[in-house]
Amino acid sequence: MPGADKETDLTERIEAFLADLKRGGSGTGPLRGSGEMARETTYLLRRITAQARWSSAGDLMEIIRNEGRRMTAAQPSETTVGNMVRRVLKIIREEYARSRGSSEETEQQESLHKLLTAGELSEETFREHFVHLKANVIEAINELLTELDGTTDNIAMQALEHIHSNEVIMTVGRSRTVEAFLKDAARKRKFHVIVAECAPFCQGHEMATGLSKVGIETTVIADAAIFAVMSRVNKVIIGTQTVLANGGLRAVNGTHSVALAARHHSTPLIICAPMFKLSPQFPNEEDTFHKFVSPHEVLPFTAGEILSKVNVHCPVFDYVPPELITLFISNIGGNAPSYIYRLMSELYHPEDHKL
Amino acid sequence: RGVPYQTVTLIHQSMVKRLPEHVQVDDPAVVKRLAKKLERQQIPLRSDYGYKVSLFSHLHQYSRKAPLTQLLSIPSTVIHPSIVRLGLQYSQGIVAGSNARSVALLHAFKQVIRDYTTPPNEELSRDLVNKLKPYISFLNQCRPLSASMGNAIKYIKKEISNIPSQCKEEEAKTKLLTCIDRYIEEKIVLAAKAISKYAIEKISDGDVILVYGYSSLVNNILCEAFEKSRKFRVIVVDSRPRLEGREALRRLVQRGISCTYVLISALSYILPEVSKVFLGAHALLANGYVMSRVGTSQIALVARTYNVPVLVCCETYKFCERVQTDSFVSNELDDPDDLMVTRKGKTQLENWQDVSSLGLLNLVYDVTPPDFVDLVITDLGMIPCTSVPVVLRVKNLDQ
Repeated sequence: MPGADKETDLTERIEAFLADLKRGGSGTGPLRGSGEMARETTYLLRRITAQARWSSAGDLMEIIRNEGRRMTAAQPSETTVGNMVRRVLKIIREEYARSRGSSEETEQQESLHKLLTAGELSEETFREHFVHLKANVIEAINELLTELDGTTDNIAMQALEHIHSNEVIMTVGRSRTVEAFLKDAARKRKFHVIVAECAPFCQGHEMATGLSKVGIETTVIADAAIFAVMSRVNKVIIGTQTVLANGGLRAVNGTHSVALAARHHSTPLIICAPMFKLSPQFPNEEDTFHKFVSPHEVLPFTAGEILSKVNVHCPVFDYVPPELITLFISNIGGNAPSYIYRLMSELYHPEDHKL
Repeated sequence: RGVPYQTVTLIHQSMVKRLPEHVQVDDPAVVKRLAKKLERQQIPLRSDYGYKVSLFSHLHQYSRKAPLTQLLSIPSTVIHPSIVRLGLQYSQGIVAGSNARSVALLHAFKQVIRDYTTPPNEELSRDLVNKLKPYISFLNQCRPLSASMGNAIKYIKKEISNIPSQCKEEEAKTKLLTCIDRYIEEKIVLAAKAISKYAIEKISDGDVILVYGYSSLVNNILCEAFEKSRKFRVIVVDSRPRLEGREALRRLVQRGISCTYVLISALSYILPEVSKVFLGAHALLANGYVMSRVGTSQIALVARTYNVPVLVCCETYKFCERVQTDSFVSNELDDPDDLMVTRKGKTQLENWQDVSSLGLLNLVYDVTPPDFVDLVITDLGMIPCTSVPVVLRVKNLDQ
């Protein structure tokens, strides 16, 4: 029966995506960029909306929430997956509200009066069935996809506002966003880039070769030399894995040292991060924040018998507190870290913060 | 009307030291002068390698694959063979670390003195010093001299010039050999014991101590503290491309000390566990800055942020009259090819020489400002960083 085929096809795709997520996280650094991850997730969510069986918005939200929980459990460090799920949930809420005819603003504000008088209006308001809801939701998801496609270009377009001639810019490791940002500025201005290699994965090497190919003067330095050369650096421009709800970062390890060195020399620290990296999580240093990979990257098996007597750590991420950050450049423009909470309330609904 | 003009210029000339050649590579007149001097001393000139980052165009950058000894003719009559061997050991990194280099230098000089015979009509005190000059140029070409080596050489030259002219040759040579032995014994071995004694007072049970790279002095302190049954564990922080921390790790683990090993990029992760940081130094400058292996200033900075005390251990013979405020004006550039790494069978920077806008920078030293350092432990006691010029003045008065 065609309906059952579609369902099995859908579950197959979801399982394949989950397996991909699980595999992608273990090992030597991210195999795919976050942008790709976000796009794949959104495609999958659109497919779920189109092919799954649901009659009301509440059902759809329940399905998406379940799938979202499974996806985030498969790879907790890949926060873009969860972010996209929350975006789609917000889209569904908005489309539902628009179909019902109620204005959006009254839904947003949780005034004290509303809390006291309308306590029982929660989940069950999503039970009504609308004919065009599916089409509207799919159209909104398509708009989201267009936005995702254009993020890198939108960020790169702002490059000339921030980089002037003869500057020395420092960056850490490899970020596709920062690479596009610097390449765009290099079309019109001449400047010098210092890339910290970011051991043990040394993604900085790839970044340096990419930048030097378009003629940007690039220097590769070891991580240990970051403070030593910081006095000559005019700006530090880096990318990040996630932007946390308090404006802090979860970035590749070594970023906190760079941020501290920049603060000591009063050098501005600029983060190029698209909006889909913004996550409603707060930093939790205890258990879920850090991710570790195999310590053989740090101390290889050739080290011999001391391996059994030594503890070796290879963390992947670093927490950077918001006080050290000067500016966030995202696809919707530049923002201070203190404004992040507001952007978050526009992107996600507070009830979706916990999937 | 005050001091006459001539006296003022005389004072000025004696106080301002001439700038060393190895930080004036971008001045062609200086390079030519050096080439002439080396030609006179019959020592080959080593050429720079690879594209140099413009910020460091005033420093040399040599390749390890082209040691100076390849340019020497065999047998070389001008340079003593033990000096040639020493130069090769320096340039290939076999002998590394300021204490090791100084001790190796002094032993090589002892051999030179043993094999020395005064030519007729010459005085030992003058001729021997002149003999040593080309050796020092040669070693400088192999690898720029460290501050500790500079101080040792100054001491030897002074001792040689103080030999009275009526002294017989054998007697003079024995005297010099004992002087050198005493220098090593006092300034390095006994100093290490004194520093250990002071430092062990600072280590308490249950401490988590962070060390960076391989410092012979800090390793010594930790091993002695472990012998005295202090309970602590050590975190060894290492950095590319030298990875000297692995040597420190090996030695500590052999003694039975429990160790953790991380790279410097994981510093912010590991620092909340740390109770003290022990760092070694290459030299202590007269304005209180600590010159040490590159990465030390970063460790001191992050430790200061987490309010972890930073203790620097340094013998007094490494105190230097120079002043420096950043890591650019005087540094050493190591072989840039060391930064290349092969991961998963692919070397990203393999053809970096072909790309004109790509440069690799392999710094060896950096300077740590004194406000990051809480205490300096020396053989004269525990002093703050800013007391270095006081110690230097006291030492000069002694001599």
